[in-house]
Amino acid sequence: MVENPDGTAGSVTDRHRLTELSILSLTLRLLSAGPTVILVALIVIISLLTPNFLKPINISNILAQTAVIAIVAIGQHLVILTRGIDLSVGANLALATVVGGLLYRYVDSAALVALAMIATGAAVGAVNGIVYVFGRLPHAFIITLATLSICRGLALELAVGHTTMRGMPDAIGAIGDSGGFGIPNSFFIVFGVVAIVFVMARYVVWGRWIYAVGGKPEAAVQMGIPIRGVLVSVYVISGMCAGIGAVVLAGRTEASSPLYGNLLELDTIAAVIIGGASFLGGRGHIGHALIGAVMIGVIRNALNLLNVNVYFQMIAIGLIIVMAVEADVLRNYLEGRMRVMQAARPH
Amino acid sequence: MSTAAATPILEVRHAHKRFGAVQALEDVTLEAHRGEVLALLGDNGAGKSTLVKCISGIHALDEGDILLDGEHIALHSSAVARRAGIETVYQDLALFDNLTPAQNFYCGREIAFPSWLPQGLRLLNSKAMERETASVIDRLKVRLPRLDVPVALMSGGQRQAIAVARATVFARKVVLLDEPTAALGVRESRRVLDLIAQLRAEGNAVILITHNMEQVVELADRAVVLRQGRKVGELTPSHANQQSLVSMIVGADA
Repeated sequence: MVENPDGTAGSVTDRHRLTELSILSLTLRLLSAGPTVILVALIVIISLLTPNFLKPINISNILAQTAVIAIVAIGQHLVILTRGIDLSVGANLALATVVGGLLYRYVDSAALVALAMIATGAAVGAVNGIVYVFGRLPHAFIITLATLSICRGLALELAVGHTTMRGMPDAIGAIGDSGGFGIPNSFFIVFGVVAIVFVMARYVVWGRWIYAVGGKPEAAVQMGIPIRGVLVSVYVISGMCAGIGAVVLAGRTEASSPLYGNLLELDTIAAVIIGGASFLGGRGHIGHALIGAVMIGVIRNALNLLNVNVYFQMIAIGLIIVMAVEADVLRNYLEGRMRVMQAARPH
Repeated sequence: MSTAAATPILEVRHAHKRFGAVQALEDVTLEAHRGEVLALLGDNGAGKSTLVKCISGIHALDEGDILLDGEHIALHSSAVARRAGIETVYQDLALFDNLTPAQNFYCGREIAFPSWLPQGLRLLNSKAMERETASVIDRLKVRLPRLDVPVALMSGGQRQAIAVARATVFARKVVLLDEPTAALGVRESRRVLDLIAQLRAEGNAVILITHNMEQVVELADRAVVLRQGRKVGELTPSHANQQSLVSMIVGADA
């Protein structure tokens, strides 16, 4: 690419530049639409391979199985927006179900049991956030890894040797049922969480601050944003989402277990990244988390229908994560190119 | 400028700041007046950026006072400083790449409602913020390709212009600029210098850190020189004394 030092360009290079600019912006647009395109393509291919896939009962199944991942991924996406990570969500969810299950032995109140699960999740999230921020840890990775271990251990201890504790209040058990048109009730809980977080992130000042903190933490300090409060809040919300996920899972299975939520941290992180949010922080929205969660649900379900060994599901999801992260890297590189082109453009 | 007799809008008195073993500022005293550009000069590590960070509320002074409009002010955070009318254009611009120009303009002081809620819980009035930003960008003759894309996609000059324009909107008393043209080409620097002149014309005290002597002579009404954390000189820069200014900066006794 030839650039004249004075910033003006000859007509030939000018045309070259415009072509490159439009190719760049087209590629960037493709990348941002990528996850949706891939999801649609997946659905088309799978439904051609196995006719059972698009049957209402199976779709209802996918929705029910995706609900927990989707809810927890919504919290995870807020954390990842701030350049953090929450590894404790799976263990946190297990602990929350056990706390709920224990409480159910004493009181048969759906409201109290659900509240206990959500409060447990939020409390663990608060520990994550507070230790991370005020303990001046370099990255949230460390504290959430620690609480992963602590929560799992605590859940096993509290369950005193039981791997499953049967029983849930009726109203919580009803979450596993389906309403009209075969739509599982858990779908409406997902919808509610999505609506709340969407409004918070998009239309409330606090949401703008999350994006600012993730975009450039130093600048957020310079602009007077209460960065510590913002950081603690996303971990609390991620914990609450794990608690809500606990309610949904306990409802669907009418049981609680210290073994629930195994590798859920991986699934939710994968959902956020596959969906198209950036690991580098500050970029992504709730749609990304949802698309990613559905994609994981669809892939699992399809591989099940096709009788593919469960180990291959894990390998497939791992490969997709690598692709998604590479797409993110490519996007950042292309944007850098774009910036250079803008600067060279004659005014 | 004949403002010397009036109360300075900003006064720093006997400022001390130490980072571990490093004495970053030692007994620095300076004042800035409305409608003047004060150049803050010094070699790397002379304490310029530290002084700017103390005035903009990022660092607290170990000793000494800062007076705004003749009154003591405790600048324990950048939010306090901004509310008091002190704006800063940081060397790294402090722009959020993932946000649009309007979102950058208002970050940390969003136009939002209702007012009885704490700021963080209010609803964003994005329309008002976009409208205001567009009119400011227009008034300052800053040319941007689009106002609805993240600033990540804009050139160095455009980003610098956004950072300076942001300070222009909100500055009511003091504007600090830390090497605002360091990364820019000739044409883009010109535009930023014009913005600085405008900030002065609007009655702000402008404190400008730069290494470019041409800019100092052209724009600055006064220059203060720091060396190893101490103030070593103060004069009115002109082409005639440019050389002695440089000697003062590097510490060669001329």
